[in-house]
Amino acid sequence: MAKVVVVTSGKGGVGKTTSTAALGAALAQSGKRVVVIDFDVGLRNLDLVLGAERRVVFDLINVTQGVAKLSQALIRDKRIEQLYLLPASQTRDKDALTEEGVGQVIAELRTKFDYIICDSPAGIERGAQLAMRFADEAVVVTNPEVSSVRDSDRIIGLLDSRTLRAEQGETVRKYILITRFDAARASRGEMLGIDDMLDILSTPLLGIIPESEGVLRASNVGCPVTLNEPANPAARAYSDAARRLLGEDIPMALPVDRRGLFDRLFGRRAA
Amino acid sequence: MSAAAPVQKKAIRFRARSFVAFALTPELPLSGWLRGIDKWLGNSPGFFVGRPVVLNLNALPLPAGEVGELVAELAARGIRVFAIEGESLELGLDLPPLLKGAKSTVIEESADEPGKESADESPAPSRTAEALIIDTPIRSGQSVFHPQGDVVILGSVGSGSEVMAGGSIHIYGTLRGRAFAGALGSDNARIFCRRNEAELLAINGWYRAPDDMEPSTRGRPIQAFLQDGRISVVVLD
Repeated sequence: MAKVVVVTSGKGGVGKTTSTAALGAALAQSGKRVVVIDFDVGLRNLDLVLGAERRVVFDLINVTQGVAKLSQALIRDKRIEQLYLLPASQTRDKDALTEEGVGQVIAELRTKFDYIICDSPAGIERGAQLAMRFADEAVVVTNPEVSSVRDSDRIIGLLDSRTLRAEQGETVRKYILITRFDAARASRGEMLGIDDMLDILSTPLLGIIPESEGVLRASNVGCPVTLNEPANPAARAYSDAARRLLGEDIPMALPVDRRGLFDRLFGRRAA
Repeated sequence: MSAAAPVQKKAIRFRARSFVAFALTPELPLSGWLRGIDKWLGNSPGFFVGRPVVLNLNALPLPAGEVGELVAELAARGIRVFAIEGESLELGLDLPPLLKGAKSTVIEESADEPGKESADESPAPSRTAEALIIDTPIRSGQSVFHPQGDVVILGSVGSGSEVMAGGSIHIYGTLRGRAFAGALGSDNARIFCRRNEAELLAINGWYRAPDDMEPSTRGRPIQAFLQDGRISVVVLD
């Protein structure tokens, strides 16, 4: 049974696209057939993060408008066999998306893939609402700060009211994915704690991704962090999150402040 | 609206929807009534912002010119009249449209007890009205409006959401949003919550922002009630 998962947040810059790429790659590495769809029409980024920007010919809008066939627009990842990308158009805007068009594309993808991961644009307008419209599950990406948490709360409200499942009286299963978590700053009280965030959002936790330069490095070379630096703590956290998405019961490891006494004394930054 | 947009062969569907609107009923003399409105707005600025307001002129058939002046006076106070209700009124196109055949009161919808028709005279909500019980969290951006009776919420009320009740509000989680109890004119309504992180507490138009709440009531179980024209916030322990 194919699953449609939307990766969303409300707030911009929290790591939706990075998380889509990392989770998609991790799921594909575990043997699932995965397609990631970029819904950020006009501001596409997922192709860059996956290193496929030079192979984009047709895009989501072309497919919804019948200009191209789905098989022409899907880009197969060069490193992971079971991972495909459906890119967004960079020259159009979100008004070019229609609910019927998106619905048809998703229905066709459901027959070909195990996981359809929709990378939502920021905001709560048309683009974000169409990205979540057909979702079965939702990963709400949240940073440990009050503005991000409140925006996530808003998005959860929309997931409970504006999705097809919600309108049919079913529920979209929701998870919180905390990204850019800095254990040292959290222990100093400079960031919201995990417990506070989960208390406010009252939604199950999918994973805690520690702040890591490896994530930025991976995005810049166009390779998901789970593939680029598999031993990186952030990559391991994404792999664990993907396995939890598959239904496995993996204990949650809280990132700890890994600086030694020497570093603390001299105030050096931990890598 | 580009001319090149493809013509969609799609039947236009109409749906009837009903909305709850606030009906203002002006009384003579109008200057005195407007002063009353000013006093109300002084207590609760922004109360009418974004809310549909209907002007009920059933009991006050004004000539069209004076209706125009009244609408302008209200507009100057930030109250946008979106329709006018009244028998035997002749209004020009410059005025909001005439609404006929409205149900007599807004709160009729939830008054399912028979023999309550005489309640038209006093719009104060009946305490015996059925409570609205919500067992999910209220998320940021959501708005709950229950014009008659209490609202009971088993989850938390998120920052940036609001709960409005004709009666009292009971929250068995954390209140981080705004709560308006006694919203249709009840001084006896109260607000209860297990943990007070409220953005605003209001009872019958009187309100209190977090900045002028006692810091000792933050993060605690509280009740809020009206006492001598101001809201008291008291820790429940």
